[in-house]
Order: sequence, then structure tokens, then C-alpha cells
Amino acid sequence: MSKVKQIPFYRDERYLSAAAQVVSGLLVVALLWWLGVNFVRAAEARNLSLSFGFLDRPAGFPISDPAIPYTTNDSFGYAFLVGVLNTLRVAVAGVVAATVLGTMVALARLSSNWLLSKIALAFIEFHRNIPLLVLLFIWYFTVFRELPAVGESIVLPGPIYLNQRGVYFTWPRLIETGWVFAAGLVLGILASIALWNILRARRELTGKKTYFVEVSIAALFVFPLVGWILSGGEPFRFDVPSLQGFNIRGGLRLTPEFAGLFVALVTYTAAFIAEVVRSGIQAVDRGQLEAARALGLSGFHVMSFVIFPQALRVIIPPMISQYLNLTKNTSLALAIGYQELFSVGKIAINQAGRAVPVFLMVMAVYLMISLITALVLNLYNRRIQFVTR
Amino acid sequence: MAETLTQQQDSYLPPPAPPGAIKWIRDNLFKGWLNTLLTLISAVGLYFAISRSLIWFFAQADWTPIINFPILFSVGQYPREELWRIGGVLSALALLLGFSWSHWGGLLRGVSLYAGAMFLVLGALPVSHPALTPSMRVFLISLPATILLAFWIGRWRFVSKRMVMALWLVYPFFSLLLIRGLAGSAVLELVSTTLWGGLLVTFVLSIGGIVICFPIGVALALGRRSKLPVVSAISTFFIETIRGVPLITLLFLFSVVLALFLPPDARLDRLLRALIAMTIFSAAYMAENVRGGLQAIPPGQEEAAKALGMNGVQITALIVLPQALRIVIPTIVGQFITLFKDTTLVYIVGVNDFLGIGRSIVNSNPAYLQAQLEVYLFIAAIYWIFSYLMSLASRRLETSLGVGKR
Repeated sequence: MSKVKQIPFYRDERYLSAAAQVVSGLLVVALLWWLGVNFVRAAEARNLSLSFGFLDRPAGFPISDPAIPYTTNDSFGYAFLVGVLNTLRVAVAGVVAATVLGTMVALARLSSNWLLSKIALAFIEFHRNIPLLVLLFIWYFTVFRELPAVGESIVLPGPIYLNQRGVYFTWPRLIETGWVFAAGLVLGILASIALWNILRARRELTGKKTYFVEVSIAALFVFPLVGWILSGGEPFRFDVPSLQGFNIRGGLRLTPEFAGLFVALVTYTAAFIAEVVRSGIQAVDRGQLEAARALGLSGFHVMSFVIFPQALRVIIPPMISQYLNLTKNTSLALAIGYQELFSVGKIAINQAGRAVPVFLMVMAVYLMISLITALVLNLYNRRIQFVTR
Repeated sequence: MAETLTQQQDSYLPPPAPPGAIKWIRDNLFKGWLNTLLTLISAVGLYFAISRSLIWFFAQADWTPIINFPILFSVGQYPREELWRIGGVLSALALLLGFSWSHWGGLLRGVSLYAGAMFLVLGALPVSHPALTPSMRVFLISLPATILLAFWIGRWRFVSKRMVMALWLVYPFFSLLLIRGLAGSAVLELVSTTLWGGLLVTFVLSIGGIVICFPIGVALALGRRSKLPVVSAISTFFIETIRGVPLITLLFLFSVVLALFLPPDARLDRLLRALIAMTIFSAAYMAENVRGGLQAIPPGQEEAAKALGMNGVQITALIVLPQALRIVIPTIVGQFITLFKDTTLVYIVGVNDFLGIGRSIVNSNPAYLQAQLEVYLFIAAIYWIFSYLMSLASRRLETSLGVGKR
């Protein structure tokens, strides 16, 4: 009885898996070790340093169009921060604009109007099948770089001035006490979202009318209004650009580099977002629409309470990856000279000669942006998915 | 009773619909005032856009930088006396296409016919051009002839499916050998990769990238799904790190920093470094695509295989992977399109790909600088045609493989 024939160790799954792990771990360690040894040798030969001490030294190179005030006397670390902020600035603006444009294109694509639908299709197919870098070159080198001199600016209603130095917009700027109004605006938005959620949950729980739409819209207006009054009348004034001689004064200026990168990223990503939104809306069963209509819901209610929440479940995951793509694609700015994270990092490599630390920092920042975005949106995604039991 | 009912129903029928075309226009363009307004606005906008573009295209645009350098756009600085090697690669491709067409038909028939027609049109262009020498014309026209000939030969018994597949496997190595040549060979001189350029480099990078990344991607996907914590952790870390950073970062990492981590005598040329970066980048994405396919295989398959007494390697190689890979073929084509477009980024690290050639032509002459838009539109059009045809093919493939409908 006790003479049960044992499985030989070379066929025992436990041994095999342990061996596989040890072998693969050792292989990776050996590879890293080999790279490390080579690096130490190369570093000694070329007098390279791995330390991050250079971050405190003055950077000495200019950054055009910094998001926060910057001079060449500021440190490498600060220059790096400026680069990160420049990346975030174009990424955040791009994500918002691409979402709006993409949704509009998707709605046009789904429109019952044949002509509009085909124009949207042409937009989508054009942008999806050409490289982003080519699109970027078209927008930057043949549009924003070829604009007329300041004296002959193209003036669009607004007024918006387009010329060699960039694009000038009218922009509201807060006066000194304007922060009270701004705070009221933020408070209003937060209170409105909170009231909507609380009152709607109450309504769903008790069935009583809680007027959640009306109350939250009221909150959206009351808080900013109080802020407006407290700040003493007009909390902001419009900074209107105007042509004076050979200069544009006032207004918000976008450099040609920023404008080119922004437009290329937005149009390119919008085409992909349009496909995401379209497939999301089409994924909602037609019976849902018919049932909602049969219950007597209005067009707005059908869209906002039946179709859209269900479409959102399909839309969110691919949308996350589109947002991340846009953020990573901002690094193409290097090709046209908009100075964001990666191009600042590249200058820092040339100036400070610390390729490895700088690359580690650049990659860490991109990874952090990716991970945080993915984390936040995944949490949101989990909240809106079906609860299955 | 039944008769009266039908009679009643007849009287409730709507008035007869207008004939097809008018009804279609009314339903799709002028249904309600909003729809009509949208149609009118977009029609006016479209009219101005198209008429202006046509005038520009035929009357104002300056296409000389494109007409002057067709060979530069195709192969870059590749020695002109060695161009026959590129021709050899294309002829071999035509042969393989023809064989495959006769064996598998379907999508390959379309690919063969399109490619053949394109070369036929190029070879028979009724214009005189310095690049279109008589021998070049003969070569271009010989390509569709080769395809047809191979299609015909492919029916003979000695050309088996197995052989054609083996030829496809050998083809990339054969092409690389022919294009690159061998050091010290008299017939096939070594052609330095610094001379390669244009579409040639774009295709080498995208096809090389997708072919080399495939096994790595499959290995990473299996590794990530492995039950062994060390293997799974290493694979996950690799995949997520690569996917979290932009491709340009990797291209620069490999072109600037890699040299520091290799032995001092290891010299990798620029194209190879770019290829390594693109391969590693697309391997991470390939891994995620393959993982999607692996997840779609119901666990019953694995359990059944286990019940039959198969071991882990057999289950993976014979049961799970073949099914998973079949599912992800269309996704892989999609990834190839992305990779094909992403190869433009190598221009930033100084490789003369298709876009890079365009940029250097533009910058070589002030007159061409005025024709930048034309050059970029030409480049965009070429990328567009290839990507669009590939995405069409991928859609056809999806239906013919019956993905999701079994």
C-alpha cells in the first residue's frame, strides 16, 4: 500500500513551476546585471554621473511660452516643472476640445441627414488613416507658420487675430477681488452636482418629488451670483486684443507652436473619439429607445436617462485609452518646437549631460500621468457599470 | 368577413409613395425644417470647399517636388545601380501573392488584383519621365504578369499549401538579405542602412516591427496570464511601463542611452536602434491584444484538454493559442496599421523614412519650401491609401473568419 509510485520531480508541477520562476527571475536579473556592468564601465570612461544634483543648478536655456513665469536663471528642476505644466496644459485643453468635437462628429455621423453623415464620415476616415505627425506638419508648417505678418493680421469676429506671432483671443481676466466670484463659480458647480446626486437618490428611494433638476440648476446660478455681488460688481473684464501699429496688445495669445499642436491633436483624436461615441450609442439596443418612447418620456429624457447612461458604459473604457493616447502624443511637439516635458528633457540632456537621470524622470512623469488618469477613470467606470448579482 | 376587413384596410393605406429617388431625397435630405437647413448649410460649405480645392489642385499647386523625385520617395539614397535588388524583392512578392491567390483566394485575390493593377498603371503611364526608363516600364508591367503566371502555376500539384507557407516564412529573411547584401560579397555588396530611405524604410520598420514583436508579444501575454507570480509580475511591469510612455521616448532612449548599456564594441546602426524601439513598443501592445484573445477562450477548453491528459505546454500550444490567435487576427491587422503610421516618428531621431525624405526635399530648395503643402498632402495620401486598404482588408477578414459569430 505504501509503495505508491511517486511522480518523478521533473514531472511534478510544483517543482516545474518553482524552477520556471527561478529561471525567469535569474534571466531578468542577469540581463539587468549585464546592462548595469556595461553602464558602470561606460560611465567611468565618459565621466558620467547618475546623481540628480544637477536639478538645483541654473538651467541656462530659454523656454518659449512657459505656463508659469520662467527665466534662464531658474534651476533645471524648475525648468522640468515648466515642461510638465506645458504638457498638461496642451493635454487637458486637447482632451476637452477633442471630446466636444468628437461627440459632435459622432452625432453628425448618426444624423438622419445623408449629406451631414457623409461629411462626418469623410472627416473620420481622413484623420484615422494618416499619421499624426503628417497632420501636425500640415497644420504647423503650412497653416500657422504661413500666416501673414502682424500688420496684415487676419481678423475673425470676436475679435480673433491670426498672424505670424500666433492667435489672439478675447479673454476674460479676473480683477483683484475677482477670486470671490471664481470661488462662487466652483462652489456652485460642486453644490449643484452634490444636490443632484442627493436629491435624486432621495427621489428614487422615496418616490417623492424632490425637484432635483430645478434645485441643482438654481445652485449653479445662486453661488456665482452671490460671488458676483460680493466682489463688488464686475468681477472680470474682457481683455480684448487690438492692433496697434505693428503689435497686438492685450488678449490671450497662443503661439503658432501651441496652436498647431493643439489643432492637430484635437482633430486627430476627435476622429477616434467620434468612432468610440458612435459605436457606444449604436450598442444600445433599439428596443430601449422604443420602450422609453412607449412610456411617454420626452426626447431629452430618452437621451439623458435611457440611451446615454447605457452608451456611457460602452464608451468609457476606449475613451480612457484615447485620452491617454492624446496625452502621450503631446510628445510629438518636439518636431515643431513647442517646449513640453519631453523637449525640455532633451535640452536638459544636452546641457547637463545626464541622459539616464533625465530619461528616468521623463518616463516616470509620463507613467504617473498615465497611471493617475487610468486610475481615476477606471474608478468612474466601475461606478457606472451594471451591478450584477 | 375577411373580405370586408381587407377592403377596410385598403382605405386606410397611405397615399402612394413618390418614386424612389425623390422619396430618398425627401427622407434623407429634406425631412423637416432643421434637416433642410443642415443640408443647405453643408451643401454650400461643401461646394465652396470642393471648388476651391479643385482649382488649387489643378491650377495653383506646384507638384514638381513630387514629380521630380519618385525614386527618392521610394527608396531614398539606395544606390541606383543596385535598384534591381528592390525589384527582386518585389518580384518575389508578386510570385508569392500569385501562389497564395490560387490557394486561398478570397481576400488575397483582391490584394493581388489591386497590387497588380497599380503596377500596371504605373508602368503604362502615358507620360515621359526620367525615372520611367524602358527597362523600368518592362519591370513594372512584368509584376502583374508574374502574379498571373504564379496564379496559374499555383494550381499544379507540386506547389502545395505547405510550400507556399514555408516560402512566406522565408520571404522576410530573403528580402532583408537581398536589400542589405553581405559584407565582402561581389554580387551582393553591402548597402549601408544609412542609404536606405523613403517607403523602403517605412515598410522595413513596420513589417519588421510587427513580425519580430509577434513572438515577444505572445510570450508576454502568456507570461502575464501565468499563475507563477514572478513571471506574471515581470511581464506586467514590462507591458505597463512600455504602454505608459510615448513612442518618442523609447526611440530616443534607444538612440541615445542604449549605447551606454551595451559593451563598448557593440555598434548598432541608427535604423536598427529605431527598429528595436518600435519592436519593443509594439510587443507591449501585441501582448495586450493577444491577452484579449486568450481571455476569450472559455475555460472549458483548457479543462477538457487537461482531462485528456495533456500537459501545460501542450494545452497552450495546441488548444488555447491556436484559437486565441485566430480571434485576434483582425486586431493584429489594426495594430499593424497603427505601427505603419507610427513609423513616421523615426524621422525625429534622424532616420530617413517616407516623411523624412519629404522633409529633406522640402528643405533642400527654397522653391520646394513654397510647395510644402503639396508634399505633405502627397505623403498623407500615400499613408491614407495603404491604411485604408488595410482596414478594409481587416474588416473583410473579420467576416471571413467569423469572429464573434460561431
